[in-house]
Parts: sequence; C-alpha cells; structure tokens
Amino acid sequence: MEVRELICISCPMGCPLTVTMDGDSLTVTGNTCPRGEDYAKKEVLSPTRIVTSSVRVNGGTIARVSVKTKTDIPKGKIFDVMKEIRAARVDAPVAMGDVVIADCAGTGVEVIATKSVARA
Amino acid sequence: MRHHDIVIVGGGPAGLAAAVAARKAGISDILILERDNVLGGILNQCIHNGFGLHTFKEELTGPEYAARYIAQVEEEKIPYRLNTIVVDITRSREVTYINREEGLVTIRAGAVILAMGCRERPRGALNTPGYRPAGIYSAGTAQRLMNIEGYLVGKEAVILGSGDIGLIMARRMTLEGAKVKVVAEIMPYSGGLKRNIVQCLDDYGIPLKLSHTVVDIHGKERLTGVTIAEVDENKNPIPGTEEYYSCDTLLLSVGLIPENELSKSAGISLNRVTSGPNVNDRLETEAEGIYACGNVLHVHDLVDFVSQEAALAGENAAEYVKNAASDGENVIPLVAADGVRYTVPQFLEMDGMRDSVTVRFRVADVYRDRYISVYYDDQLISRKKKKVLAPGEMEQVVLSKKSLAEYPRTERITIRTEVE
Repeated sequence: MEVRELICISCPMGCPLTVTMDGDSLTVTGNTCPRGEDYAKKEVLSPTRIVTSSVRVNGGTIARVSVKTKTDIPKGKIFDVMKEIRAARVDAPVAMGDVVIADCAGTGVEVIATKSVARA
Repeated sequence: MRHHDIVIVGGGPAGLAAAVAARKAGISDILILERDNVLGGILNQCIHNGFGLHTFKEELTGPEYAARYIAQVEEEKIPYRLNTIVVDITRSREVTYINREEGLVTIRAGAVILAMGCRERPRGALNTPGYRPAGIYSAGTAQRLMNIEGYLVGKEAVILGSGDIGLIMARRMTLEGAKVKVVAEIMPYSGGLKRNIVQCLDDYGIPLKLSHTVVDIHGKERLTGVTIAEVDENKNPIPGTEEYYSCDTLLLSVGLIPENELSKSAGISLNRVTSGPNVNDRLETEAEGIYACGNVLHVHDLVDFVSQEAALAGENAAEYVKNAASDGENVIPLVAADGVRYTVPQFLEMDGMRDSVTVRFRVADVYRDRYISVYYDDQLISRKKKKVLAPGEMEQVVLSKKSLAEYPRTERITIRTEVE
C-alpha cells in the first residue's frame, strides 16, 4: 500500500488530498468536490496540465494573443507543446475560441485563442 | 452639471460585475469610467487558467473570464468610457474625470462605486541596497510585457516574494525558455495559493526558499546578480548565509496595495490593515452613497469572490439610488481578534441587513487545526474547524440575520481563531 499527499490544483481552494493506492484500487480523501477525486487519480496515474501561453499576432492592436490547450495534455508534453506555440504566428483579426494550432505536438489537442485581437 | 444614477470608477472585474448587478436591479443610468483602452482590467494580462470555477462552473483564463462580463455589459448596453481617468471624487459624489474627447468634466452621481483595484508594492518600498540597473520589474509589469506586449523580460531570473503573480510568472518565464533560479520569500510561509506552488514551482523544479530575502543587488547598467540570505525571526539577514545568484532579471512579487488615492480625496478613512475603506455590510464606505468592492476594498486571491462582492455593491448602490436610504441605526462593529487580522465588512447595520452577510478575512500566521469562531459579545455562536489556515488564503464566515435577531442586544461581533 502506498500513500501520497497532494494539493488539488483543480481550483484555487487547494484542498489537501490523500491518495491511498492498494494494488489496483485508489481511494481519495480530503477532496471537497468530485473534481478533487478526478484530479488525484489522474495525478498519480498519468498527470496532465492545461498549458496557457501567448502567440505573436501580425497586424493586431496588441502584439500577442493569449492561447490555451483546449483540454489538458500529458505533463511530459508541456515543453513539446510550448515549442510549437512559440513558433506559431497568427494574423489579426483573431476571435476568442479560434483554433491557432490544430493538433499540438501530436497530443491531438487544439490550441485555441483565449481573447480576441482586432486588426490595428 | 451632468447627473448619472450610478458612476463606477474602474472597468475591471469589480466594476463590470457591479455594473451588471446594478442594471439587473433596475438602474438604467449607469456610467463606467476606465483608464485603460479596453475593459477587463488586470484579467487581460492574466492569461493562465483557473478563473471562474465558482462563478461559471468551468475553468477559464483571465481574458475569457473578463469577456463573459464584458459581453453582459455590452448586452445590457451599459455605457462606459475608455481612456478616461478619474482625478477627483468628493464626499458629495461629484466625480471629475479627464479624457481626450471631453477634456475635464465634473459629473454628479446618485451613487459611486469604487472599483479601482490595486497596484504592486514597488522596489522603493523594500529598502534593498544596490544601484538601479535595468532588469528589475514588479511581477505584474513583467506579466504585461510578456503576455500583451510580447517581450521576454530576461533569460535568467530570480523572484523575490511568493505572491501569486510571482509564482505564475515563474512558470510563465520557464515556459518561454528562461531559467528561473529561485523564489525567495522573507516570511516562513508562502504568500501565494498552495495550488500555485504545486503547478508553478514544483512542476518545474523551481526551489522556494522560505525565510530568505535579497540583501544585495549587483550590476550598474543591467542587473548581473543578486545576493540572497536567510533571515532570522525578526527578518534580519543572518550573517554567513549569503548566497550569490547570477541573473539578468529580478521580479518582485511582494504584495499588492489597494489604490485608494481617490477614496482619500473624498475624505474616506482607510483601514490600517486592508488599506481599503471601512465599509458596512452593504459595502458602503463611511461616505453616504459611495460603495467599494474588489481589490480596492481588500486584496482578493480569487476573481470569483471579487465578482460576488462587486455584484453585492452594485445591488446595494441600486437600492440606495431608488430609496435614498439614510444611514442605518443599530450599528454593530465586527471585531477581528486572536489571529484574525481584519474583517470586511468592518461593521453591520442591523436595520438594512440582508438575510445573510458574508464576512471575509485573513489570518495573521499559518495555523493548523484551529477553529474559526464567531462570538456575539461573549456568546459563542458558531465555530468551524480548519485543518490549515494561512495568510495567503482568504477565509469567510456567513452571519445570518435570523441568528442575530435572537441576540438583540449584541454590541459587537467577534471573529477569532481558537485552538480548542
């Protein structure tokens, strides 16, 4: 039996979680909502993160448009995803929700704009 | 003089939520004054996720969260002026602002909502020795430069202070290819949220040195390094613990200060602990008809709570405009004691009190296994056990009118932490 103490990062509450691993069974305590249990299970089995960053905009009112991975991606892929995000360029106008990268670093996850940038 | 029913100073998360709530409460004549060229305030540069879980039940980035409220303001056709800075507010609710189109204008407001937010504590407030080389930024300034203007502020960074913006920037710089060598925090605990320690520092192996501070800044034209030392319980550097870190960038994440110059010009007294106005349970300052909400009132950790608080201020301001309610009688002060540093609101006005009032506060130190207790005079009314309490995490209790009605002669309400 293995016990791991985690801090839930699903929301800013930051609940202290305890995961008890006994063979194939996982029990989570300390969570105050179902997200905590999901997070704890994922975190010990295959941790994931949403990556947020920004991408250069050509001809926009501001120089960068903020972006995020539409869903969480494997933690080990963060820097591969960032490499593609850093190389990406978009032309203004950009609308919130626009797909900036279709399948980022082979994760199958889209990178989408999280704000709108008008043409300058 | 032009008149508006409600004038809101600031178009960030607090101002937007207050405006929407006031409109929904039936006030059509509202004006938002915003000094930036866009609405949304600081959320525009907070491109990380984690916003909105309480309000929208989903995880949004800062710009997405702002967009939800901006859409409501647009939908409700609430007027706002951008690139407009308020220069003076009087106690009789005359608001003077400047912009390019109108010049200097003074208007009269039925009610004023203060929603100016906060600003960062600067290097000048820290008494760090050394020259003033390029490469020293407040964390929020670096955040703006990176996320909106598109500059990588440096390649090797040290961060002083473990406030949330500093932690977020540690991750942000790392993702953009910079090396963040260490985060030094003078206190024996972090000032940021636990989740940010996990996902911004631990995820990337960035060390957090508690009870450490910057004792020297090296470099004349550009920063070349900093010296960090451990501090004793009186926050004095311990000789012999100095360590040199070469770096081209130092970020300061050493606290936020509510921006209350306008409140002061209106003659509103400020609370010594929060640096925000003292308010009653309707979030009205001691100046009648002037309300405060969001980070200008006290610095929050979560925008969701800012929105809640601001909506309450908006509703109450609307109520005031409609009924011109006079100052409430039967005022009960809220007292922060035994590890509770302050409360917002600072007093209750029983006559106009809603069925329940949320009281928010911070504790003075990190405590384990303590109760948060509410007393009416010497009578214990409720207590709740908390595994961990920390100054970096805002706490709250809810007071109910019903329960207070059972103790009609209550002279003060005390909120304290208790070991047993």
